[in-house]
Amino acid sequence: MADAALDTVKEATAVDNQARVPTVVVDDVHIVYKVHGAGSGKGSATSALSRIITRKKAPTIREVHAVRGISFTAYKGEAIGLIGSNGSGKSTMLAAIAGLLPTERGGIYTQGQPSLLGVNAALMNDLTGERNVVLGCLAMGMSPAEVRRRYQGIVDFSGINEKGDFISLPMRTYSSGMGARLRFSIAAAKTHDVLLIDEALATGDQGFQQRSKARINELRKEAGTVFLVSHDNNAIRETCERTIWIEHGELIMDGHTDEVVRRYEKGDRP
Amino acid sequence: MSTLSDPVNLSAPRGSDAGLTPKQLADKYGLSVSGKRPSLPQYVRQLWARRSFISAFATARLVAQYTTAKLGQLWQVLTPLLNCAVFYLVFGVIMKSRDGVPVYIAWLCIGVFVFQFSQSAIQAGTRSISDNLGLIRALHFPRASLPIAFTVIQLQQLLISMVVLVAIVLISGIMPAMTWFLIIPVLLLQSLFNTGLAMVMARVGAKTSDISQLMPFLLRTWMYVSGVMYSVSGYIQNWPPIWQTLYSWNPATVYMDLMRYAFMPDSFNKHIYDGHLDASGNATPKALILPDHIWIMAGTWAVAAFVLGFVFFWKAEEEYGRG
Repeated sequence: MADAALDTVKEATAVDNQARVPTVVVDDVHIVYKVHGAGSGKGSATSALSRIITRKKAPTIREVHAVRGISFTAYKGEAIGLIGSNGSGKSTMLAAIAGLLPTERGGIYTQGQPSLLGVNAALMNDLTGERNVVLGCLAMGMSPAEVRRRYQGIVDFSGINEKGDFISLPMRTYSSGMGARLRFSIAAAKTHDVLLIDEALATGDQGFQQRSKARINELRKEAGTVFLVSHDNNAIRETCERTIWIEHGELIMDGHTDEVVRRYEKGDRP
Repeated sequence: MSTLSDPVNLSAPRGSDAGLTPKQLADKYGLSVSGKRPSLPQYVRQLWARRSFISAFATARLVAQYTTAKLGQLWQVLTPLLNCAVFYLVFGVIMKSRDGVPVYIAWLCIGVFVFQFSQSAIQAGTRSISDNLGLIRALHFPRASLPIAFTVIQLQQLLISMVVLVAIVLISGIMPAMTWFLIIPVLLLQSLFNTGLAMVMARVGAKTSDISQLMPFLLRTWMYVSGVMYSVSGYIQNWPPIWQTLYSWNPATVYMDLMRYAFMPDSFNKHIYDGHLDASGNATPKALILPDHIWIMAGTWAVAAFVLGFVFFWKAEEEYGRG
């Protein structure tokens, strides 16, 4: 089923010259971070006071130019991998597509509201897994009846209860892998026009990774676009047919996964 | 696979779309700017659709609040009781400001609970965005859900305190009266007012985290000038009229006076508490005075705070959770 979907997409991209429906348009985007509290750590109370009195600008604010002029267009039904070394701007790019970071220049246009799944996106740690599932679904806009209907499916998918009744424990008692699995299960319960996944799959075990790959393919078939940031090149190869290589905030290569990942592994920049 | 060898631009639009710039392509298919703020009517609709999220969130938080304490949910009742005990000890026994106020202990407790409702709603509102960044960054929902949910939590807590309050009032010898029905509109108006204030503080607190350090001092000052533990009317009698009017508009005093009137209407009756000297020459308590137009003031504060607070919060909707 999943392979069939992949094949049809490959065929479509290779053969057809039909107009495709874009879901994410990234148009010459620059992103600049302002980092507070960086720089040499003279952060004592007296120095802070003298800074306020002399009205000097805080020396600890530094600017980081994380993304420098990236452009690409993603279409309906695509799964796109983002690769690059640490700190190359992949996660920043995803956060910007999700609307969580303002762009300095350029524009990002999306269909619907992209949903970002990150490793660090904790839900409510002091509440039980059960409550997190219900609250997460309600926050995404499901009705209480819909939540009741889907609840068991989400818990089963996450596999949290495979080793005993963990769903009724507070989320702070979960291992990082269990937390990430539950968060992915909650977010994947709804059909998103654009789903952005930031390494969230790397933490799951073998069985969960298989299930999530199948779910990603389902989401794509339901006319969505999936972005995947990962350092696991095999996960990219298995899930995405298109890959974008980013380095120093610049787009190095955008093409079929096989070729891009091959050249990325060899360090062979075009 | 032949396609792998020749570089295919997977980004470029094909077919009838070929040659369109990214901007034109986005316009043609009706894509919207990512992270754009919805219009006000859209925002209200989205928020209304999340009403079950707001109530479920509030309930879950309320339950989770005392999970680490051994006495658990009992603290919901114990906290307001202890608060009243402290204030009674300081202002009732040691400083004797109860002279002149009929049924001081009930009067004090009503004031403490009503003021605390506003105080804690504002404090929780200030932290509502900054303490829930994980949730905000993970899921998309109208952010106003958070300050509203935190005000609902405080309302639920007040309702629990109300049970304690009714017991204190009955023990003080005050019989239930028809005015007790006024408690409901007073609570509604104050809740609206608090929600508005919580939304204002949520936006301010999201931008400048320093404000949460400052809030306790501001709120304490507000409490001491609002006449929670002593009757303000006695102090401002000799002030210029303009100051008296301004002082009477203090929303905390307005809601406290209304709630006190609702619970103990007899204390506002000149024929019962006329302040005459008793047999040994001491003054008996004088009746409290309910300011004119107090319902108009209460309503104005509620609507103004809610509407302005909502618009103020919505204006920065796209910025919450941004790093």
